[in-house]
Amino acid sequence: MNILVCISRVPDTASRIFVGTDGKTIDTQGIKFVVNPYDEFALEEALRLREKNGGTVTAVVVDKDVAKDVLRTALAMGVDKATLIKAKDNFDSYYVAKNLAKYAQQIKPDLIFVGRQSVDYDSRFIASALAELLNLPSVSVVSKLTVENDKIIAERDIEGGKEIVEAKLPCVISAQKGLNEPRYPKLPDIMKAKSKPIEEIEGLDVTNKVTILEMSIPTKQRIGKILGSEDSDIEELVKLLHEEAKVI
Amino acid sequence: MGKILAYIEGNKEVLKRTSYEVVTAARNLAKDLNIDFFAAIINGSEEQISTLKDFGVNNVINIKHELLQIPSSMSFAEAIYQVAKAENANIILFSANANGLEIAPKVSIKFDAGYIADCIGLEIVENSIIATKPVYAGKSIIKTKIESDIQVYSLRPNIFTATKTDSVEIKISDFTPDLNQEKIQSKVIDIKKNEGKLDVLEADIIVSGGRGIKGPENYHLIESLAEVLGGAVGASRAVVDAGWRPHSEQVGQTGKTVSPTLYVACGISGAIQHLAGMSSSKIIVAINKDKDAPIFKVCDYGIIGDIFDVIPKLTNKIKALKQ
Repeated sequence: MNILVCISRVPDTASRIFVGTDGKTIDTQGIKFVVNPYDEFALEEALRLREKNGGTVTAVVVDKDVAKDVLRTALAMGVDKATLIKAKDNFDSYYVAKNLAKYAQQIKPDLIFVGRQSVDYDSRFIASALAELLNLPSVSVVSKLTVENDKIIAERDIEGGKEIVEAKLPCVISAQKGLNEPRYPKLPDIMKAKSKPIEEIEGLDVTNKVTILEMSIPTKQRIGKILGSEDSDIEELVKLLHEEAKVI
Repeated sequence: MGKILAYIEGNKEVLKRTSYEVVTAARNLAKDLNIDFFAAIINGSEEQISTLKDFGVNNVINIKHELLQIPSSMSFAEAIYQVAKAENANIILFSANANGLEIAPKVSIKFDAGYIADCIGLEIVENSIIATKPVYAGKSIIKTKIESDIQVYSLRPNIFTATKTDSVEIKISDFTPDLNQEKIQSKVIDIKKNEGKLDVLEADIIVSGGRGIKGPENYHLIESLAEVLGGAVGASRAVVDAGWRPHSEQVGQTGKTVSPTLYVACGISGAIQHLAGMSSSKIIVAINKDKDAPIFKVCDYGIIGDIFDVIPKLTNKIKALKQ
């Protein structure tokens, strides 16, 4: 079974975000970039399937040269092949989907994994969009997966429960936390990954569909009334919630 | 001149709460742009559709096909695409709920159109729509614009307020899409509901516990406060990673992003990745014994105290208020 895992490079979730000088993107100074946390579940699931059924796992990223670092992490985790599709400046998620679709058409994987969402633009776009571009089924936010001969059974998270979806292979799956426990790459594997080859492909010339006009940091004014824990304080809190905020 | 399509979904004898939000947003946009709007539903009942009459929706298209009896994101996306095309809709609105987030990207690709997910605001500037969308889990916000003529948006639940307007007559038309069984390669085969448990994504009030709760055996405190408030139980990442609570309850950057009316954080210090997931809540209450906890910087009301002492008292006081 040949598996493609599409990953992305994002700020660590503990990062504080500041707006960059262009007013449209973040200031990347001092930010630690990592493999998108949900992509770790995607990578792990692909590696486990290979360990069980054989085949190859390819990790791909559509980004600038700097994203080779996340491909190195994927190699250290154990993927067989890593590919960087070199993106133009200021690309949107449509650009990423189009480039991934072209690459997938070339390598014809049996199964494609992505993370539930990239924790930068948080759109949950890629799995559905990529599947549609390839005329394949997709299942998003999958927390349990069974792969059979020509189909998969996936549990996906919905409001208030789980939906069990059956889909034919090839298929696109977006991985949710809980799907597995991702492995930590071991030091010797991290060292070995440094010298492994990374395939580089020029990105397609695709026009963005979406333009970012401005970025800002939300500044919701909070009431900020801090009380103690005496009985009278708790009484006061209930009164405030009931009469001032009118939420209970 | 195009139209606005609001995709709506049934829930028993009414519609999902998010559907009323989406039609209200469509109605407001239609007014500002001076164009028509309609709602589209798959296999809707008359009873469900009739609940729209107070929301100013005078045109509803009921998409019917035997192949739509078993839900599939593939057939649903195709059906919505066909109705949008037939009706010359150029603005298509979904809720950013589990279904909307899965179907909307497919519809946008079918039209080769732009899509903006999880919007928290849509405004008209010089006759174009400018969408506001949280990014980096709400740590920052972007204003963004779709460049294609056909535009697809999904709207974050519980942000766009559903408002009623003058009652109208609803014209319901049926639409039968052209679907091919061979092309539908996925289907929902079962749904497991968390019986009797309110999901944080659907709740108006959420009570969450953090590391301060010390162990799963103490979580009944959180549950009883949530119960008297009629709310859902949430958890911080630390609590979920420790295995005390299921991942479905996790609020934060690698859990669920929520915007309830009231969010009560108990024994949660306020790590940035937790704050990111709940900062769009309308009112935030924090209970923590550490007066320097970052959560107190973002709360509306704070109680500095031991949750083991405060929560039972608070629960009783609220119970008394409600009686």
